[in-house]
Amino acid sequence: MKITINGKETSLDEKPDRTVGSLLEELDVSQRQYVTVELNGEIIDRPLFETTPVKEGDEIEFLYFMGGGR
Amino acid sequence: MLTETQIERYSRHIILKEVGGKGQKKLLDGRVLIIGAGGLGSPIALYLAAAGVGAIGIADADDVDLSNLQRQVIHFTPDVGKPKVESAREKMEAINPDVKVRTYKEWVSAANIGSIIADYDFVIDGTDNFAAKFLINDACVLAGKPYSHGGILQFVGQTITILPGKSACYRCIFPEPPPKDAIPTCSQAGVIGVLPGVIGSIQATEAIKFLLGKGDLLTGRILMYDALGMKFREVGIKHNRSCPICGEHPTITEVRDELDALTVCDLKNN
Repeated sequence: MKITINGKETSLDEKPDRTVGSLLEELDVSQRQYVTVELNGEIIDRPLFETTPVKEGDEIEFLYFMGGGR
Repeated sequence: MLTETQIERYSRHIILKEVGGKGQKKLLDGRVLIIGAGGLGSPIALYLAAAGVGAIGIADADDVDLSNLQRQVIHFTPDVGKPKVESAREKMEAINPDVKVRTYKEWVSAANIGSIIADYDFVIDGTDNFAAKFLINDACVLAGKPYSHGGILQFVGQTITILPGKSACYRCIFPEPPPKDAIPTCSQAGVIGVLPGVIGSIQATEAIKFLLGKGDLLTGRILMYDALGMKFREVGIKHNRSCPICGEHPTITEVRDELDALTVCDLKNN
């Protein structure tokens, strides 16, 4: 299955029932508890991570906190 | 009317068709508040002063520390120990006597932010902690005040411009701040000194474009910069219907201090 992650096309093993939540775990995404996920242009509410399916061709962005400035 | 001296000082602006004498007058009549006189605040303050933004507020309670000088280019070695806002004011006035600088030697809080931002057309977040970043977002969204968000860490930075009611806000992307100490700060994780120069210069550009009313603001998209890979990327950000402050059912209706998120980058022994 191919999806686009942060602008890069990525091949993933075929796997049934892949969700936003399981993908975060599978990819060992950093700041997993705090990262914002945008799926096909829509920001996904965190409580919906485990029930939002990830499908062929999806475009996913992980948006990270950056707190510095001084 | 511009004086002869001003026509000469701003000549490279005035010959731009997007600026001209009229645009320069708009800059001279413009009022911009910079919150944070550090890494981001330094280039922002220097460029806005040089550009002739007529009234610039700068807020920071801190004093200049030796460890600031690697990136906070508005402060010089003899300034160590001096209030950052005073050090910044001296340089800004030296660059351009046209500019009126107002200093606020205090941290922004729920108690003072409303009255501070009220006097300005555009606000720039150059702070180093999530408590301040969320407070600035909330205060600006509730007051309908346009502002620029900036964040940096190590070799990466991000920035987005927010026109409240018209474009996605910071909480549309990040509904709540992370818990204290969950995300490393610059003092813990480091920051390459030129990084705030890149992000801060973009934020200053947005303020200038806003005052001129020219170009496309960085709204509805977050710009991310990776200095190591030397890549810029932008990601479209739609208004989030479940945003706690500008969504359909807002739960935040007044500013509050996010005490759980409080961390300050440059506190010693932090």
